Amino acid sequence: MATFLEEVNERIKGVPIQACYHCRKCTAGCPVAFAMEYNPNKVIKMIQMGMRDEVLNSSTIWLCASCETCITRCPNEVDIARMMDVLREMAIESKIPPREKKIAKFHEAFLSSIKSGGRINEPMMIVNYKLKSRDYFSDMGMGLSMFMKGKIKLLSPRTKDIKSVKAIFEATSK
Amino acid sequence: MKVSYYPGCSLHATGKEYDLSVKAVCSALGIELKEVEDWSCCGASSAHMTNFKLSVALPARNLIAAEKEPGDMMVPCAACFNRFKSAQHHLREDAALKTKIEEIVGGKFQDTVKVRNPIDIFFSDIGIDALAGKVKKNLTGLKPVSYYGCLLLRPPEICEFDNHEQPVMMDKLMGALGAEPRNWSCKTDCCGGSLTLGKTEIVTRLVGKLMTMAREAGANCLVTACPVCFANLDTRASGEGTLPSFYFTEIMALALGLEGPESWFKMHNTDPRPLLKSLNLLP
Repeated sequence: MATFLEEVNERIKGVPIQACYHCRKCTAGCPVAFAMEYNPNKVIKMIQMGMRDEVLNSSTIWLCASCETCITRCPNEVDIARMMDVLREMAIESKIPPREKKIAKFHEAFLSSIKSGGRINEPMMIVNYKLKSRDYFSDMGMGLSMFMKGKIKLLSPRTKDIKSVKAIFEATSK
Repeated sequence: MKVSYYPGCSLHATGKEYDLSVKAVCSALGIELKEVEDWSCCGASSAHMTNFKLSVALPARNLIAAEKEPGDMMVPCAACFNRFKSAQHHLREDAALKTKIEEIVGGKFQDTVKVRNPIDIFFSDIGIDALAGKVKKNLTGLKPVSYYGCLLLRPPEICEFDNHEQPVMMDKLMGALGAEPRNWSCKTDCCGGSLTLGKTEIVTRLVGKLMTMAREAGANCLVTACPVCFANLDTRASGEGTLPSFYFTEIMALALGLEGPESWFKMHNTDPRPLLKSLNLLP
């Protein structure tokens, strides 16, 4: 059976993450490191040490904003942003409850909106997110203001060939 | 010139003024836009953050649709731009993935479309001098900082855009309009992007820092080319020091004397009209 490290490297399909020599450039440039449970370079070390549960249960993998600063600055071209994507995918596949539930619910609401209409209808997506995350009341004033200014509409044009979009979702779901 | 146009979902909703201003500016500069037929969402952050294959297949569907008319495809939204460039990169590099994605999407990826942001098209194809020659209203007194954010620039090998640590294209466009762009060190910093709903406090903190740094640089507004950045700058800053933000195309339309800017500014959450009136740029 593959180790956690081997599994992560296999999915990243790039420079093996053990090329990291912990210069911490990724962590220094990470805009959300201040809120993370484990810094990006620490996650690399934890993967090497086989700490699968700790990594996949961490808030770090959900807080990464995919700004790609880490991979852009890494002297060894370790694709840390892609690593975070891979870890999130592995957590979802292993049905590990996401530490940052609201962020996970946002992604779910976003993707289900594409699946049903082909395009995001932003107000409906946000209502869907609110129902999923049970965060009913934040930003209500702003939503109403955008509606009054004619920015957001309840109905917006959809992709006509919606079957082709649904087929993509079917074929790419595990 | 004639280019394909992929507006993306945001430009039909929270980024409506970006869509309207891109179209107005293109028309004034003689760029004909042809919307990609029956386009669908690119998947944005949520697809690549949770499902790699989906994150390539969704853009691939649109790339294949756009390839009916090979050439440039204008993608104003920085997030869509990044997803298309990234999908093209993966489809070029990984033959097995390409075969799989073509099977899923039901079409051949020909790689005949060049994905381009309007900043690049205006800067490289229209040119700074030609743009300056069309200015009707010099934007004297407007001191923007250019905020490029993440997704136009990173990773640089995939985005193939401007200098990834010190981009200048948007600053030069602003200069050509008579504005006085201010230099600052946060051009390529992150606003927190899609964390805005799931983790609002992170975005509030990052946007607060951007506003402080913009003021310290002597700016009186921010310009951007990303609907996610714009929404965060426009709605997640608070307090007296909040500066108004613009899509760079709104500023271009104002300088070119086009119809529409005032009606777009009304849609902003942080009203930019008092600033523009104080500079005599709006009646």
